Amino acid sequence: MCTYLTDTLAVSGSAKGPDGWFRITDASVYFDHPVHALADHTLNIDLRRPADGVGARVAVELTAESARALAASILHVLDSAPAACPTPAAPPTFPLTPPSPLTPPSPLTVTK
Amino acid sequence: MYDATLAETVQFPAGGGDLLEGYLARPLDGQPRGGVVVIHHLPGYDRETKEFVRRFAVMGYNALCPNLYTRVAPGASPDDAAAAVRAQGGVADEQVAADVDAAARHLRALTNANGKIGVIGHCSGGRHAFLAATAVDVDAAVVCYGGLIVGETPPQLPSMVPLVDRSPQVRCPVLGLFGNDDQFPTPAQVDVLDSALTEAGKAHEFHRYDGAGHAFFSVDRPAYRVEAALDGWQRIADFFATHLGS
Repeated sequence: MCTYLTDTLAVSGSAKGPDGWFRITDASVYFDHPVHALADHTLNIDLRRPADGVGARVAVELTAESARALAASILHVLDSAPAACPTPAAPPTFPLTPPSPLTPPSPLTVTK
Repeated sequence: MYDATLAETVQFPAGGGDLLEGYLARPLDGQPRGGVVVIHHLPGYDRETKEFVRRFAVMGYNALCPNLYTRVAPGASPDDAAAAVRAQGGVADEQVAADVDAAARHLRALTNANGKIGVIGHCSGGRHAFLAATAVDVDAAVVCYGGLIVGETPPQLPSMVPLVDRSPQVRCPVLGLFGNDDQFPTPAQVDVLDSALTEAGKAHEFHRYDGAGHAFFSVDRPAYRVEAALDGWQRIADFFATHLGS
């Protein structure tokens, strides 16, 4: 079947493709025919950066069982993360603005 | 017997001054030949679809598969192009119909063309083949398990509207090949389409296979069902011989 069921969402992070690491901005999640996996239908995820062209993509095709196990594992790991490793709801925006190299460092203040 | 064929990537003119990429295969014996527009499925203009194109050339037809994703992702690999098109909600039916029409015109302009044109598609391409039967000047249409001809538009792909209400607009005989284990379309949905074409007085023949589901023609997928596929290919050969012959 062609389910045509596709979710798209904005994401923030990085992925590694044939040309190395790149920032990702978009994801597609769908259950449909795979290109490569040996199954009639798979849960497919495209992690993308459309601004760099349609080839800026990391794709996975997982059997439904594998996808459910992975989803559960992701949530388990996130829920188990210690408080010292906060997972902010709003991730930082890329690119981060570096400090100007021309700005002199602040003088040290010594408190006695 | 001279049986050489030529298969190659071509560019041909489409609406709006665009050049579309396509995969063309044709017999080289110089005899008058019918043409077949092969419409690729949602996963794209891929190796499997090109194999269909070459098979039609061996069967004695000029066959052309237009790359419906040319505009969105020129030169991209088929799977990357399909991912990009999926993310943007698919290709509008009006655009698909225009591109199939452009492919048909290109086939009719070939020096060995006999003027007859058929269209075939599998899966979402089957839906597009039915669309072409309602909107493009073709002589025969083959719908292989086309989903969403009957049914509801998925919210994520608003371009996929049901087409069954356009049955009165069908311009040519339709051959439908379906698996009874399929869920897109379900056997009940195939019944609805069959009835709609009958009520509209449109020539059609449907063949429905037990033990086969969606994509039973796909030789490199677990869904392949050899008996259904072999019978289906024979039905296609007979149908095109009847409607696309000289």
